[in-house]
Amino acid sequence: MKHEPRKATLHVNQNEGLIFEKSSAGKAAWKLPPLDVPEVDTARLLGASERKDLGNMPEVSEIEIIRHFTRLSTWNYAIDLGMYPLGSCTMKYNPRVNEAVARVEGIANGHPYQPERISQGALQILKTLSECLIDITGMDAITLQPAAGAHGEMTGLLMVRAYHHAQGRPRKKILIPDSAHGTNPATAAMVDYAVENLKSDSRGMVDIAALEAQMNEDVAALMLTNPNTLGVFEQQIHKIADILHAKGGLLYMDGANMNALVGKVRPGDFGVDVMHLNLHKTFSTPHGGGGPGSGPVAIKKKLEPFLPTPVVVTKADGTLGFEYNRPQSVGRVRAFYGNFGMFVRALAYIQANGPDGLRQTTEDAVLNANYIRKGLEGTYDLPYSTPTMHEVVFSDRLQAKKGVRTMDIAKRLIDYGFHPYTTAFPLIVPGALMIEPTESESKEEMDLFVEAMKSIAAEVDEDPQTVLDAPHSTRVSRLDETAAARKPVLRWKPAL
Amino acid sequence: MRYLPKSPADREAMLKAIGLRSVDELFAPIPAEYRLSRDLKVPRQMAESEIVDYFRQRSRENGEGYTSFLGAGAYAHYRPVIIDSLISRGEFLTAYTPYQAEISQGTLQSIFEFQTMICELTGMEVANASMYDGSTAAAEAVMMAVRLTGRRSVIVARSLHPEYREVLATYATHQGMPLSVAGFGDDGRLKLKELEKSITPETACVLIQSPNFFGTIEDVAAVAEVAHKNGAMLVVSIAEAVSLGIVEPPRQADIIAMEAQSFGVPLGFGGPYCGVIATREKFVRQMPGRLVGQTVDKQGRRGFVLTLATREQHIRREKATSNICTNQALVALMVNIFMNVYGKVGLKELAKQNLAKTAYAAGQFAKSGELLFTASPRFNEFVIETKEDPAAINSRLLDHKIVGGLPLKKFYPELGNAALWCCTELTTRSAIDMAAKLAADDNGPQRPSKEESVEEVVR
Repeated sequence: MKHEPRKATLHVNQNEGLIFEKSSAGKAAWKLPPLDVPEVDTARLLGASERKDLGNMPEVSEIEIIRHFTRLSTWNYAIDLGMYPLGSCTMKYNPRVNEAVARVEGIANGHPYQPERISQGALQILKTLSECLIDITGMDAITLQPAAGAHGEMTGLLMVRAYHHAQGRPRKKILIPDSAHGTNPATAAMVDYAVENLKSDSRGMVDIAALEAQMNEDVAALMLTNPNTLGVFEQQIHKIADILHAKGGLLYMDGANMNALVGKVRPGDFGVDVMHLNLHKTFSTPHGGGGPGSGPVAIKKKLEPFLPTPVVVTKADGTLGFEYNRPQSVGRVRAFYGNFGMFVRALAYIQANGPDGLRQTTEDAVLNANYIRKGLEGTYDLPYSTPTMHEVVFSDRLQAKKGVRTMDIAKRLIDYGFHPYTTAFPLIVPGALMIEPTESESKEEMDLFVEAMKSIAAEVDEDPQTVLDAPHSTRVSRLDETAAARKPVLRWKPAL
Repeated sequence: MRYLPKSPADREAMLKAIGLRSVDELFAPIPAEYRLSRDLKVPRQMAESEIVDYFRQRSRENGEGYTSFLGAGAYAHYRPVIIDSLISRGEFLTAYTPYQAEISQGTLQSIFEFQTMICELTGMEVANASMYDGSTAAAEAVMMAVRLTGRRSVIVARSLHPEYREVLATYATHQGMPLSVAGFGDDGRLKLKELEKSITPETACVLIQSPNFFGTIEDVAAVAEVAHKNGAMLVVSIAEAVSLGIVEPPRQADIIAMEAQSFGVPLGFGGPYCGVIATREKFVRQMPGRLVGQTVDKQGRRGFVLTLATREQHIRREKATSNICTNQALVALMVNIFMNVYGKVGLKELAKQNLAKTAYAAGQFAKSGELLFTASPRFNEFVIETKEDPAAINSRLLDHKIVGGLPLKKFYPELGNAALWCCTELTTRSAIDMAAKLAADDNGPQRPSKEESVEEVVR
């Protein structure tokens, strides 16, 4: 092969079947201590509710479980292996001290209903993280309860709705730019708002004239991602806020891209009324293969009465506690207090950085994205030349002439030892290649990435089939997703 | 900053390559008047040792070393060591959502196995890759029933976890789903008569929990019969997953919304946990959340992919089944490993120990208080009504580093001085004996201790 990937080399990895295929009666990975109370007659206690059989649950030994999951793990790409240029997903380093402190006994084993008197440690963590996030966003108050970004969106819009309701003027719709994440319209629908699309202008920003035309007193809020999904900062942000506020609407900011702003500019200062954060993006909590996330919602004072219950308060005696009695609250969005374990990790991350580290982190994230932009400009089509913050969006326009699309290039990137970038999003860029390096990448890693992307572009010219058939180096080749969806096999069943 | 892999010279070289003189130029798109000219008010940069110290300190202020009888939707079970060994592997911990199947087979196969085991345990045909938690899973399951039946109103058992009910109420408010509540009888179970009276042709589903908030196992078959007779669905919430080792699963349900925290997930002051929805195959296209399916690659080799994505928000936008975008993959992996460790036989034995400890404890506490709901079977929780305010009992126990049962007055004023106690395999006989003795000891001198403590324990 002429184009030899420098980052990766093939090596042997272990085959492994499904755990059920290793199971056989009598194997076990457990041992219970002797029972120190009298045995009970299960049939007598439970009667008809007694379960007799646990079906095809596996029976395996401990070493088999260790090997099973270790082998499976080696089939995954991960941040610990290399760069994850996924635009909008912010795959940054997940510090290990976060994991260590989340496992300290009183933090890992605290029961959500244990008395406040012996929960001061957890309450202090909630309070300190809240204060940090409030200053970082420039907002006035916060709830940590939402379990993920989309859950935060829902919580934010519930507060928007409650606010308008309290104003005696319930409104009907939410404006959402065409570059927005799919969660935004889905969330608006869950809170029973109609969704109205807002066009982007030729620079990839909100079309101010369109906004002025569409804004009226039926509009509850605009959901804006800033920087938007093109990685572009909405330069007219205050104008946008003014247009909304003039007609009594609110500005909701999707904080998915907050990592481009931390320590440099605060949404609360440029007119945002309500926003969510993704602790699993900006604040380094691990993605873990798809979750858990955490989606705190920060708000301006006027929305404070509507926060979900409970909220953390300092009581008269100086101790911390939960306040439940909040008559205007939107209610509860999750049992207990949210994904507490993620709060611990996010706070540890903030402490490891401090104000100087957070600012440097943001600067490096933006520097990295611009370095990649510079490196690939000319090789890939850049549909919007507007300055880039933390991510850059190219299109496959040049490669499409050879019949190679963004997904093909992405799959070929795997052979070069990288995770693909985000494909085909945002929707306003046909054939998008959305690239976000984050601050966690060294110059060397990014040079390898740029080299790989250029090499693939050359392959598209010389030998497009190699790219179309990629990946070539993985355990499995491209999988038949159509068949998977047409006749879904969603669980293992024993052979008859 | 130790997480940043660049030297000043690297930064210089990169700026030069871009054609900029300073990093400030990168932020030129941000109007100058909004740029922050001060340091953020966050703690100063700390050494790793200082961070560890900070959290050890918080841990000492957070119930470290206490014995607890709390359950109520969050259960203290033993977590096998290999769970953390395995989930700490960077390839699981630091991987993204497995959209790129060729380099995500590890995560995908493990989710496929998770889905299978949840089906085996619940008696359902399909299960999703997990939801945020049990409370939101219950709300999403109800919305799913509303979509499937085309009906809108919902009957909720009062014996469903009160915070789950609150979450459902929040979700329902703007979904046009009127909620009504069906009470419980002296046997702790849903009052069937009340259900029969309130169910209408507009009822989309009946939502119950089993074992319910009081630990009582519901007569699922009877509830299902009433629901189905009226064309409504039955949604069953399971908050204590370990019960599935010994309690017949609610096979008559149409949708099961589960909290799997009991399976190897730390209590963690309430989260992250692991919700799951399981249902019948014919309902799968209305199920929210991610799903992994089996397929083949170009060479015909078995492989796994995320599937049926047309239900999801990134494809359907405002017409999606839900706005849910993440699952709880890493937590689901803990659950998965736990299920493998205990397996077919161990889960049953584990559940039996829970049952035995609880039966013993209920007997001990019944000597000084009244055990409620005795006419129905229960799993690992029981309700004791005492003459003395349970807050006062708990205050006494707390002085001995024991956290007593959850006083129910806050959620159920009608239950007066009742409290919900929980035992698991980790509860020792000596702790039970000690707690029962202290609970009975209401003749002892009224503790002059911190006055506020009584009030705090009520919560």
